[in-house]
Amino acid sequence: MSWLTPVVVDVIIQVLKCIVVLLAVVVGGALLSFIERRLLGWWQDRYGPNRVGPFGMFQIAADMLKMFFKEDWNPPFVDRVIFTLAPVVAMSALLIAFSVIPITATWGVADLNIGLLFFFAMAGLSVYAVLFAGWSSNNKYALLGSLRASAQTVSYEVFMGLALMGVVVQVGSFNMRDIVEYQAQNLWLIIPQFFGFCTFFIAGVAVTHRHPFDQPEAEQELADGYHIEYAGMKWGMFFVGEYIGIILVSALLVTLFFGGWHGPFNLLPQLSFLWFALKTSFFIMLFVLLRASIPRPRYDQVMEFGWKFCLPLTLLNLLVTAAVVLLHAPAGAVQ
Amino acid sequence: MEFAFYFASGVAVLATLRVITNTNPVHALLYLIISLIAIAMTFFALGAPFAGILEVIAYAGAIMVLFVFVVMMLNLGPAQAAQEKAWFKPGIWAGPMLLGVLLLLELGVVLFGHPSATAIGTTTVDAKAVGISLFGPYLLVVELASMLLLAGVVTAFHIGRHEAKE
Repeated sequence: MSWLTPVVVDVIIQVLKCIVVLLAVVVGGALLSFIERRLLGWWQDRYGPNRVGPFGMFQIAADMLKMFFKEDWNPPFVDRVIFTLAPVVAMSALLIAFSVIPITATWGVADLNIGLLFFFAMAGLSVYAVLFAGWSSNNKYALLGSLRASAQTVSYEVFMGLALMGVVVQVGSFNMRDIVEYQAQNLWLIIPQFFGFCTFFIAGVAVTHRHPFDQPEAEQELADGYHIEYAGMKWGMFFVGEYIGIILVSALLVTLFFGGWHGPFNLLPQLSFLWFALKTSFFIMLFVLLRASIPRPRYDQVMEFGWKFCLPLTLLNLLVTAAVVLLHAPAGAVQ
Repeated sequence: MEFAFYFASGVAVLATLRVITNTNPVHALLYLIISLIAIAMTFFALGAPFAGILEVIAYAGAIMVLFVFVVMMLNLGPAQAAQEKAWFKPGIWAGPMLLGVLLLLELGVVLFGHPSATAIGTTTVDAKAVGISLFGPYLLVVELASMLLLAGVVTAFHIGRHEAKE
């Protein structure tokens, strides 16, 4: 076994870790569909799935079997290439973005020095999934849904970036691990960057097209919007892609504002993964709670809220943060 | 890094060729997006990650979305593709092709006449370095660009204003 040098072993361990993270995110995304329906049932005072297995836990298996064996039918009027490409983009763009999330001090896929920007790039590319799905379906409802989705996503991405610039100004780095370490040594950024947190959370919900920002899909008026013509596994990829988006935004919120894998007041540092998982599942739960409790606003109100309220708020937040950082910086340190 | 550079450049060139030769406007735009991402890859390979990621965020993620948006609204069908095919004759593209080849030759002469000593990917230009040079030697250009953007915002506001409210 001469080729099994320490370097090769390190590479193999690293690749295995990446595969574990990938599988955990995808399986977590699939499981979330059951968890969401169950939580919605509780909060809306109805049963939810409770027939298959104990507490309806095997419902997810039944759903997946159904999805796998459904005919993967392409309507004759669609643009085949782009129709097939759209669900792939929907699932992979946000899945790739997950690679910059540091899960614990030793676990994480990629440690990029532009980690935060990489997330913005992938979020920007994920718009194409909806755009291409809507256009290639050759369906009026799908086209309307994708037009809404792209306008909404582009507007909300503008201040999603600005909302996090306060964090970057304070930490002085785009690297996710630097941001987590800064929070461990100082204060969790939720307190100094409260407005940044609020606006990023809203933008995160909007970018993943979750309720109350699900106008692109709006069952009542658009009959499911951009994925109306999809069936079987292609539809499943859109579905899982949405849940991966939820996990990604929750993990980002934890990493950027709630100290990542550190516990409150650096309690119990041995349980780093548990802290990360607990905090992330709290935000996933918040996503579901939003869906369970808030009615869907009108589309023009959504756009107006983004441009007229959130954008100025993030700009103000950035200005104030920069001013405070400059005030506290030692003289001569600023160029 | 050199392999990554040549690979990404090859993808960019091929994708850009398909942008020109494709008759379906949305497929052409898809190739343009791929070309832009490939160019971002070459930036990464050259050691400029900030420029590369901005290429994806600004060009592929925002500007191209608006392009696709407009083309989708136009609802171009097979008639449009036929028209494109009719336009795509040697008489049309010979002239630009000739000028393009001239430019390529000039580029080759300049590049091979003055070989630079640095190899690919030896230095990394990070976000801080870009910021310092933007607000240092290139400050005037940044100010001019901001004026241009302000003019664009004012125009968009004027066009988008509701006449009924006056």
